[in-house]
Amino acid sequence: MRRRSAWLYAAALCAYAFLYVPLAIVVLYSFNDSRLNAEWVGFTLAWYKTLFADDQMITAAGNSLLIGIVASFVSTVLGTLAGVAMHRYRLRVLPILIVAPIAIPEILTGVSLLIFFVMLNFTLGLGSVALAHIAFCIGFVAIVVRARLAGMDETLTEAARDCGATPSQAFRRVTLPLIMPGVVAGALMAFTLSIDDFVITFFTAGAGTVTLPLQIYSMIKISVTPEVNAVSTLLMLLTLLLIVVAAKISPTLLRTAREP
Amino acid sequence: MASSSQCRLARWVVGGPPLLYLVVFFLIPTLIMVLASFRTPGEFGGLAPIVDETGRLDLNVDSYVRFVTEPVFASVFVKSAWYALLTTLFCLLLAYPLATLIAKSAKRYRDLLLLLVILPFWSNFLIRIYAWMIILGPNAALAKFVNGALALVGAGPVPLLFSGFAVLVCLVYVHLPFMVLPLYANLEKHDQALLDAAQDLGANAWQRFWRITFPLSLPGVYAGAALVFIPALGIFAIPDILGGPDDTLIGNLIKQQFLETRDWPFGSVLSIVLTIAALVLAGIAAWVGRRGTGVRA
Repeated sequence: MRRRSAWLYAAALCAYAFLYVPLAIVVLYSFNDSRLNAEWVGFTLAWYKTLFADDQMITAAGNSLLIGIVASFVSTVLGTLAGVAMHRYRLRVLPILIVAPIAIPEILTGVSLLIFFVMLNFTLGLGSVALAHIAFCIGFVAIVVRARLAGMDETLTEAARDCGATPSQAFRRVTLPLIMPGVVAGALMAFTLSIDDFVITFFTAGAGTVTLPLQIYSMIKISVTPEVNAVSTLLMLLTLLLIVVAAKISPTLLRTAREP
Repeated sequence: MASSSQCRLARWVVGGPPLLYLVVFFLIPTLIMVLASFRTPGEFGGLAPIVDETGRLDLNVDSYVRFVTEPVFASVFVKSAWYALLTTLFCLLLAYPLATLIAKSAKRYRDLLLLLVILPFWSNFLIRIYAWMIILGPNAALAKFVNGALALVGAGPVPLLFSGFAVLVCLVYVHLPFMVLPLYANLEKHDQALLDAAQDLGANAWQRFWRITFPLSLPGVYAGAALVFIPALGIFAIPDILGGPDDTLIGNLIKQQFLETRDWPFGSVLSIVLTIAALVLAGIAAWVGRRGTGVRA
């Protein structure tokens, strides 16, 4: 019995190491005083200085931030409505449309939106990327909000209606405050997904528009430089912060979101 | 009566806006892609006019015929399916002990251990690919060690980066959490009494695993396999960045058709075949999973 659990611990430890060592190496080499990401030479912050002096990178970060804010705001409003609708009413089409963009391979959403925008003569750029991001974020927000509603006491809304509140009053003053943690967590998650998205952005951004992931892509296609490690480290920190805050607000978030 | 029509109105007010958005920016683009697969490629890329010079509606199945008749495309699909299958198997091998350990540990540690599995998933996709560029790079310790060992036995050096090996390692790395989560959700529900009973009847650890734990965990295995296999099938960034010239998978082919060759009808055909494959697999997984739980209950 003991031998078996020793085995188990060793195997699980290997799996955790497999998950974390690669990311640790990226972070470590961002402080490495060498152009090659091959061996440790000495500590430096030079790559972060290079990063902050890189105009293209700053523009890309600005674009990512702008798209992330717009996409998370709109998808939170629409996703919350969808979550409430799916919880309250028996709908047939909406649940399918909510899950489908999450379930099918991302590349399909990317290419079909590319055809769509080009056929409509819609100029590819920040606008088309934001519209595409909203489309895939709605589902994630809706799932988080619905999970929150499922754990809620529905009689509270009914009580408000019995006391004479109109449906919209009952929603604004009873339901919404109760599901607020789910809504905020969903918004943070949508922002994270938007700022991290590569595949769908790749197809909908057109030639002239750059976001952080696209900038990282074009840099690593050419060569490996520690400046990429530096921007990766900062991006990981930001994502980690957002996800930890979101998970604190809504503890079920991480699991519900991954298993729609 | 009034309340029922009011209810219907409320339904549309709440559900209408997200429905409209998804119809416009998901359903319609998908349908346009299906239509595009029956059209003729444009002279300078994109699509030719849907009505040709003679005023006839120009819809044909040429791109589908091309897909079926040129064996190179089928072989890319087979190769993608092979990579996805290997990814699924390695994920299962890594995930099983991990999920077992989490399910067996004390309740107060479970959420933390689970969080540690999910957390890397939230770091940027490209960063996770880039990490393997560093680890497998020609000047890194791993490549020097492997090639040093190969030199000892008299074999020539092999590149680790830009190879099928790099693609596979990264595919497993990126998809591992998808396998751990459903497996854990299943293993957590197992009844310890069954294992105790088997032990009392004289079953050893292996027998207990193969005849009780593993069969009971099959619904979790199927769910995890679907969650790994389907996204792995359509991936393009990993082979694009880490693969060698022979590692063209469906995703790369689709990207080529849309952004390089600019043959949209053929790119649409490839996308549709991929979607159908994904949907069929998801359907099979759901069906097998439900049958599995039915047997257990």
